[in-house]
Amino acid sequence: MSATLERASDERILQTSPLRRLLTRPELGSVVGAIAVLVFFSLAADGFLRASSLSTVLYASSAIGIMAVPVALLMIGGEFDLSAGVLVTSSALVSSMFSYQMTADVWVGVGVSLLVTLAIGALNGYVLTRTGLPSFIVTLGTFLMLTGANLGLTKLIDGTVSTKTIADMEGFPAAHAVFASTLTVGGVGFKVTILWWLGLVAVATWILLRTRTGNWIFAVGGNKDAARAVGVPVTRTKIGLYMGVALGAWISGQHLLFSFDAVQSGEGVGNELIYIIAAVIGGCLITGGYGSAIGSAVGALLFGMTSKGIVFAEWNPDWFKFFLGAMLLLATLLNTWVRKRAEATK
Amino acid sequence: MTRTARTGAGAEAGAEARTDARTALVELSDVSKHYGAVRALHGVSLEVHAGEITCVLGDNGAGKSTLIKIIAGLHQHGGGVLRVEGEETRLASPREALDRGIATVHQDLAVVGLMPVWRNFFLGSEPRKGAGPFKRLDVDLMRRTTREGMLRMGIDLRDVDQPIGTLSGGERQCVAIARAVHFGAKVLVLDEPTAALGVKQSGTVLKYVAAARDEGLGVVFITHNPHHAYLVGDRFVLLKRGAMAGNHTRDAITLEELTRQMAGGSELDDLRHELRRS
Repeated sequence: MSATLERASDERILQTSPLRRLLTRPELGSVVGAIAVLVFFSLAADGFLRASSLSTVLYASSAIGIMAVPVALLMIGGEFDLSAGVLVTSSALVSSMFSYQMTADVWVGVGVSLLVTLAIGALNGYVLTRTGLPSFIVTLGTFLMLTGANLGLTKLIDGTVSTKTIADMEGFPAAHAVFASTLTVGGVGFKVTILWWLGLVAVATWILLRTRTGNWIFAVGGNKDAARAVGVPVTRTKIGLYMGVALGAWISGQHLLFSFDAVQSGEGVGNELIYIIAAVIGGCLITGGYGSAIGSAVGALLFGMTSKGIVFAEWNPDWFKFFLGAMLLLATLLNTWVRKRAEATK
Repeated sequence: MTRTARTGAGAEAGAEARTDARTALVELSDVSKHYGAVRALHGVSLEVHAGEITCVLGDNGAGKSTLIKIIAGLHQHGGGVLRVEGEETRLASPREALDRGIATVHQDLAVVGLMPVWRNFFLGSEPRKGAGPFKRLDVDLMRRTTREGMLRMGIDLRDVDQPIGTLSGGERQCVAIARAVHFGAKVLVLDEPTAALGVKQSGTVLKYVAAARDEGLGVVFITHNPHHAYLVGDRFVLLKRGAMAGNHTRDAITLEELTRQMAGGSELDDLRHELRRS
C-alpha cells in the first residue's frame, strides 16, 4: 500500500489525547482501587510496606492470580468456569495419587495430572459448544461432579479425605523446587508462584493483544455470531479457553501438592468465585468481549493486599469478605462509568 | 449514475443477450429450501454479474433472509442449482463462501461492537508476521490498511482504535463493505443495509454500495425499500411468500411499476398517494 497514507495515518493516531487513551484501558478502575487500598493499609497497618509483608502479599496474590489470568481470558471470551476452584484440587489429587499408587517418580504423576486436567477443561468446552447450554449450567455441573469425585475417589483409594504423603518419593525435591520453592532476594523470601503468575500474565497479554487467537477471544465474547460469520473458529477458541483455565488449575494444583506433601480432597470449593471477582475487578466485562490479563493481575493484587492488610492491621479477618464485596461493587461501578466515558464518540 | 450498460434498447431481448454473453458470478436457478414443514423458498432464480447490483425485494417473511443464508453458506439449499462462476456447487460454511469470493454483510452481525475498528476490519483473516511462537499480528499494516480501505470508500476515520460500536450505523455498514472490498470479494451480499438508517445515512450507504460496484464487484442488495433499490439497482428480483414474484432488468421496469409490484393490489392506492406527496 502507499507510503503517503501511512504517514497520514500515523499523524492521526498521535492526535488522540493520551488521557483518553488511558481512560479506555480496562485496567484503569482496578489500578485506582489498588492504589487506594495500598495507601489505606500503609496508613492503617504498621509494617505493611516492609519487604517481608510485600512478599506475603505477593504470595497471596499469586495464589489467586495464577487462576485469575485464564479465568479472565475465558470471561473475555464470554464464558464462566465454576469448576475452576475444585479443578485445582482435582489436579493435585490426580498427581499425588497416581504417583503414590504406581510408586512412580512424582514427575509421572505431574504429567498424568496435566493430561487429565486439560482433558476436563476440554470436556467443559466441548459440552458447552456442543449443547449450546449456558456455561453457568455446564460448569456448575462439572463443579458438583468434581467436588463429589474428589472426596469419593480419595476415600475409595486412600481410605481418608486426604492423600498419603509423597514427600519421600523420587523427584519430589525437584518438583518442589519448580512449583513451591522460595527464592531469596535481598534477604527476603519470595515464593516461586509469583514468577509463574507474572509469566502467565505476560503470555496472556501477548496472546490477547498481539496474536490472532487474541483477536478471536475478544470476538467470540463480544459477538459470537458476527465472529462465526467472518470465519472465526468459535468452537475451537472456546474449548481452547477452557483448556487454558485447566492449565492454570494444573499449575495451582501442583503448587498445592508440593507446598506440603499431601492434599485435602475437600479444598478449592468457593475459590472459583474469587477468581471471577479478581477478573471482574480487573475490568473484565461479565458479558464478555472486554477486559485484560493485566487487570486480572491487579484484581488479584487487590485481593492479596486486602486479605493480608487486614491481618497486618490486626483487625478481625471476618471483615475480609465484607471488604471484598464492597471493592467488587465499587470497582465494577467505576469500570462501567469509565467505559461509558471512553466510548462516547466526541 | 448513467452507465452504458444500463441504457439498453429493446428491454427483454437486450437483457437476455447480455445474460448469455458472460458467466454470472453467482447464479441461482430454481432454488428451494424447506425448514421442516415450512417452505421458506421455492423456485427462486437470480444472477449476479460483476459491476452490477442485483436487488432482492420482498416484504417481511418473503424469504430474503433464507436466500442470503444460502448464498452466504450459512444454510444449504434444498432443491435447484447454485453456480459460482459457472461451477455448480453447494456452500458448506461461511468460510467456504468467503474463500470463493462471496462476502456477506449481515444486518445485525456485521461487527463486534466493543472491538476497535482495525481489529474488526481484519477479524477472521488477520495478517501476521514473525515465525514460530513469535508469530504475531501485523498491527501497523492492519491499522494502515483499515484507514486506506475506509478512505477508498470515502470515509475519513478519526481514529481506527475507537470501538466500532461508537461509529454510526451507516459507518459500521461501510466498514463491513470496505472489509469485503479489501479482501478481494467478487460478490458482496448486503442484507438490508439501509433498513435501520435515517434518510441521510441511507444515502451514504447507497453511495458506498455504488462505490463497491464501481470497483467491479457484483452486489446482491437485499431490501424492502423499492426507492433505495431503484436508485442503484441493475436487476430486480421480487420475492413473495418464498416464491419469485418478478425478475426484471432496470430497462424493463419503472420505479412506479416496481413499487406497485412490491406493494400488491389492495395497498396500492394508499401507497400511490404517499408517493405523490413525497
